[in-house]
Amino acid sequence: MVKKVIQKIRKAAISDPDFEVSTRQLPPRGPETKPMTPVDKDWIAIVAFTIIILAMPWWLQPLGAAYPDLMQKFAIYGIFALGFNLLFGLTGYLSFGHAAFLGVGSYAAVWSFKLFTMNIIPAVLFAMLVAGVLAVVIGFISLRRSGIYFSILTLALAQMCYNLAYSVLTPITNGETGLRVLRDDPRYLDAAFGTEHQGVLLGSLFGERMVGYPGFYLCAALLIIAFYIALRIMRSPYGMMLRAIKSNQNRMIYTGFNPRPYMLTIFIISGMYAGLAGALLAITDPLAGAERMQWTASGEVVLMTILGGAGTISGPILGAAIIKYFENIFSALNDSALASAFSFLPHSVQEFVVTILSPFVGEGWHLTLGLLFMVIVIFLPGGIMEGIRRTYRFLRGHGRGSKSQTDLQAAE
Amino acid sequence: MNNAVLHVSEVQKSFGGLRALTDIELQVEKGKTHAIIGPNGAGKSTLLNVCIGRLPPDSGTVTFDGHLITGRPPYEINQLGVARVFQTPEIFPDLSLLQNVMVPAFAKRDGTFRMSALSSLEKETDLRDEAEKLLEDVGLLQFYAKLASSLSRGDKRRLELAMCLIQHPKLLLLDEPTAGMSRHDTNRTIDLLKQIKERGMTKVIIEHDMHVVFSLADRISVLAQGKIIAEGTPDEVRGSPRVQEAYLGGAH
Repeated sequence: MVKKVIQKIRKAAISDPDFEVSTRQLPPRGPETKPMTPVDKDWIAIVAFTIIILAMPWWLQPLGAAYPDLMQKFAIYGIFALGFNLLFGLTGYLSFGHAAFLGVGSYAAVWSFKLFTMNIIPAVLFAMLVAGVLAVVIGFISLRRSGIYFSILTLALAQMCYNLAYSVLTPITNGETGLRVLRDDPRYLDAAFGTEHQGVLLGSLFGERMVGYPGFYLCAALLIIAFYIALRIMRSPYGMMLRAIKSNQNRMIYTGFNPRPYMLTIFIISGMYAGLAGALLAITDPLAGAERMQWTASGEVVLMTILGGAGTISGPILGAAIIKYFENIFSALNDSALASAFSFLPHSVQEFVVTILSPFVGEGWHLTLGLLFMVIVIFLPGGIMEGIRRTYRFLRGHGRGSKSQTDLQAAE
Repeated sequence: MNNAVLHVSEVQKSFGGLRALTDIELQVEKGKTHAIIGPNGAGKSTLLNVCIGRLPPDSGTVTFDGHLITGRPPYEINQLGVARVFQTPEIFPDLSLLQNVMVPAFAKRDGTFRMSALSSLEKETDLRDEAEKLLEDVGLLQFYAKLASSLSRGDKRRLELAMCLIQHPKLLLLDEPTAGMSRHDTNRTIDLLKQIKERGMTKVIIEHDMHVVFSLADRISVLAQGKIIAEGTPDEVRGSPRVQEAYLGGAH
């Protein structure tokens, strides 16, 4: 009862500018007025996210996507987009060269397999370390500028990495052939412990080879950890500072903050997320090629993030999954698949529908994706997550103004 | 005057061929409110920009609280205890009012940079209490969860004032703090600024509204064409013929 009254007062206080009450008691503190603090909510979000991710093999069945190779791609690119969004969503700095970190992470992981051990833990750590170091270098240079100039600098530096991988760095990257794990690589740690490898060389965790479902569950577990850390960062004072930098960098400087270390640290964190994703790509398929670093790959992660909803926590993961789904499932549809899908129609109509739709599937999946992207950007600038939010609010009776957001998070 | 908190000495500043500031000497005493008045284009804002580190002077020095601050980055000057309210409100439009006020509180507590990525904003109840108190002082507490971009211009100004006050600066620079406010809000702001004075905060204020100037200022400097043409107590300045000439454009 008391709760309801206080909620009413708060609502009125927020919506009505002339509202005058003894304001001191307004912002409710203490447990009796806050039925659910954001911290509790975050735990619900994490538990729900964990269930959704781990249950993918079941609920993706009807969509024809429930096979480990594709699901682990969802998870890996989810991590990539999550990290990209920490930079872009929080600070507004659009990096157009994030694929460099992905590629470097892959190379580092494969080198760890070649030099140290087929165990994936050193591979992951080594990849994140190398990607982090590269992020220090690229960040140090490109963060001298903001806006479009920052984007161009990151793009240029990433393309430089890509071209170096094909030219002078060939001894490290093995050029066009791609870097692969070979039987006669030294693997000093494995040799020291006398670990033998039979069959195809694959990344393994204490004897369990990371292929098929174990591979997927590894990626899923790391995605959940990455999600948790990203959520913590977004909810932290540090995350608020990054939002403040996005909102008004000038005020930030006159408020006593030096934005440079803030930007550089989040750039490094974001690069390490990409390095982790790159390592997982190499773990599930121990081959690293330079094409992973090309600018199209950088563009893809931008697309994923904006499609899902920049600045939201789960949007980029959703965007990554949608794009990978299109790339792998939609592109495999052909005219006969369409024909069977529309077989319930009369023959002439069916032929007509198939003719109309066939440019949009198979080879033409990019066309569909492009149209979807245009529709999203024009009508839902906040991405799919905004669409979900709007639908939710609509279903709850046109919003009723009672946003369940709490005050500190209200500005998201 | 050894009691000076801010000491501007022989500052010159030109933009191209235009001399914006010529041989500016200014001493602001601790705990006093020093108003700078003058016609448009006299160089008032330029002078504040030099003090805050936004513009480097061509020559001359600015000393604050014993530190030479000319040439130092703005965030260091702020950390020494100088806060500024801008002519066009500089706030964080995409953050809530509460967050707007909490950000400067963090700067005051944690310095120019702190890696607090894994601590929770919800646990900062002390800063939150303080921020709410400040929002109440400026009369914006009831909007605490709103986005700052939704405020009117006058409210944005008051929010910016709260953002500066939460840092308990030793020196507060105010660039037309009541411009765009209604009479009622202006009077409230004057009351608020008077309260701060009682707390011993030093203020430099640029203002066109003479009602505000004469109700707040202990000393007034009059700036015209980049030069200080008069300085004194409000009564002295009011009586000065040179000031009337500068304002009213009297004949030579």
